[in-house]
Amino acid sequence: MSDTENQTPEEKAAAEEKAAAAAKAKAEREAAEAAKPPWERDPVVPEWQEAEGDPLAEALRASFGDALLSARTFAGDLVLMVDRSSIREVCRSVKEDHGYRLLVDICGAHYPEREVPGFEVVYIAYNFEENRRVRLKVEVEEGVEVPSVIPVWEGANWTEREIYDMFGVRFTDHPDMTRILLWDGFNGHPLRKEFPVEGIDTGAAIYPEYYDEQAGPVAGSGTGWQPPKEEEPEDETN
Amino acid sequence: MTDPNTPATTPETLLGLEEMVLNFGPQHPATHGVLRLKVRLDGERIVDTYPIIGYLHRGTEKLFELHPFFQNVPHTDRMDYVAAATSNLAYVGAVERLTGIVVPPRARWIRTLLAELQRIASHLLWLATHAIDIGAMTPFFYTFRERELILDLFEEYCGARLTLNCMRPGGQPYDLTVGWAERCAEFIEDFPSRIDDYEGLLTENRIWKKRTIGVGVLPPDVAISYGVTGPMLRGSGIGWDLRKAMPYEAYDEVDFDVPVFHNCDTYDRYLVRMEEMRQSTRIVAQCLDKLPEGPIMAKRPRVLKAPKQSEVYYGIEGPKGEIGFYIVGDGTPNPFRCRVRPPSFFNLQVLPGMVHGQLVADLVAVIGTTDIVLGEVDR
Repeated sequence: MSDTENQTPEEKAAAEEKAAAAAKAKAEREAAEAAKPPWERDPVVPEWQEAEGDPLAEALRASFGDALLSARTFAGDLVLMVDRSSIREVCRSVKEDHGYRLLVDICGAHYPEREVPGFEVVYIAYNFEENRRVRLKVEVEEGVEVPSVIPVWEGANWTEREIYDMFGVRFTDHPDMTRILLWDGFNGHPLRKEFPVEGIDTGAAIYPEYYDEQAGPVAGSGTGWQPPKEEEPEDETN
Repeated sequence: MTDPNTPATTPETLLGLEEMVLNFGPQHPATHGVLRLKVRLDGERIVDTYPIIGYLHRGTEKLFELHPFFQNVPHTDRMDYVAAATSNLAYVGAVERLTGIVVPPRARWIRTLLAELQRIASHLLWLATHAIDIGAMTPFFYTFRERELILDLFEEYCGARLTLNCMRPGGQPYDLTVGWAERCAEFIEDFPSRIDDYEGLLTENRIWKKRTIGVGVLPPDVAISYGVTGPMLRGSGIGWDLRKAMPYEAYDEVDFDVPVFHNCDTYDRYLVRMEEMRQSTRIVAQCLDKLPEGPIMAKRPRVLKAPKQSEVYYGIEGPKGEIGFYIVGDGTPNPFRCRVRPPSFFNLQVLPGMVHGQLVADLVAVIGTTDIVLGEVDR
């Protein structure tokens, strides 16, 4: 917008002075900010960093090569992206060779707006000796199965069932791939982003005589289940 | 000659001794809520147990995605509804790590104080229900008397007794009220003698020992492989406590011991929790002693936004085990995804293994010793 070439020398000097004053004020503000205790400063937002030289990431890269897609840290946590097909072998190695014996959690997340829409399955494991957690993540598209890690950690059974229940991601070789929190025959996977918060009426499963399979009405749309109208008996007194 | 295709007539079939399936719960006082177990029995012996959960599912993780970070704290109250303060603490801690907020010292100490009072309250409720399940009526009245005092302290601090909503991302909503510390100190001074009372009723009680020693054995390697944490893990000989391993809030500045017992049975888990109450008492006393002056709330934006493509997992030692939050942020004021790592969910998963081959009556003892809260299992 401003055209520096048309400025008079006075205006130029004034602008420079202004800039210097602004820089000084900024430096003063920063110094004052640094003198404050940390809880009065503006929060320092954590950022992603490449995990270079991390022993676990290096060891996994050496033994699995391309199956380890990326190794980064965020807020001090090591996050490893792993290829879906080799997640079980990577988990086994993480547990048996690197001592991450405790399975903290397995959870899912739905990312419908990514370039390749799909889900993430997140494995969190803990190492007692090094006192450290690691997060392994797998990207999976709709309808693709993830190898179950029950052979590695038996505790994965229920969490994998929960991910199936909530997201519809199935796990290969899972002995009991059924719903866990919702009832059998529930229509849909509630933690998917497109699932309505009001819930849906899964009439199809409960009232198969009224609705076709997968065709239960959606809650909030005014098409919820209505009890079937009984034919009123004819008034016989009149 | 007998035909191999027709079932042989054995004394068992004649007497009707084949296996029987018993539906245990979901409406049963000993299931501590709405847990349902399909139990296959051979006489009094348990052959197989299949837990069926989800009767208390309220879609909390979906609700987290609807509300801004500040407004999600009350949802955490309703997961482990007998230990709301520790759920609050895990959630606000995760949000603080996600957004880089640093909490002032006084708020950290108040949080430690509340979390430990909550641990005592939770263990008292566990002891009451566990003992009453096994048949000891008296501890129930004693422990509820003391739990009431803790709930009164909470009520005075934040106005609520169970669903506390007593922490915020960035610090504490209120300072301690006038005279609160004195009343808390009074309770803490008195409390160890009350623990002696409970132990006098149970620890050397012959019936109690008969019902708990050797019941519900959980070997340490099984416990680890199933992700069991908390007092259950410490009763199996592994002295792992997140308060020591990854100290948060003010735990690195207080002195306490982590009790460990090695027999892996119900009795040892009882001993662990009793000792934990004593240690919590110690921590509360130190908190009251060392409580620093100063602000209780950090500088925080009016609308808290998580950075884009951010994610964090943060776990703390709750009364029942590691309670953690995995939060994904996408640059909006709401969490994109908020996953709870409920300790009861993982601890309940080993139940079938622990009761295999035991008596039906022991099933009740083992459910008690796992200390589950179905609000947290089902979310």
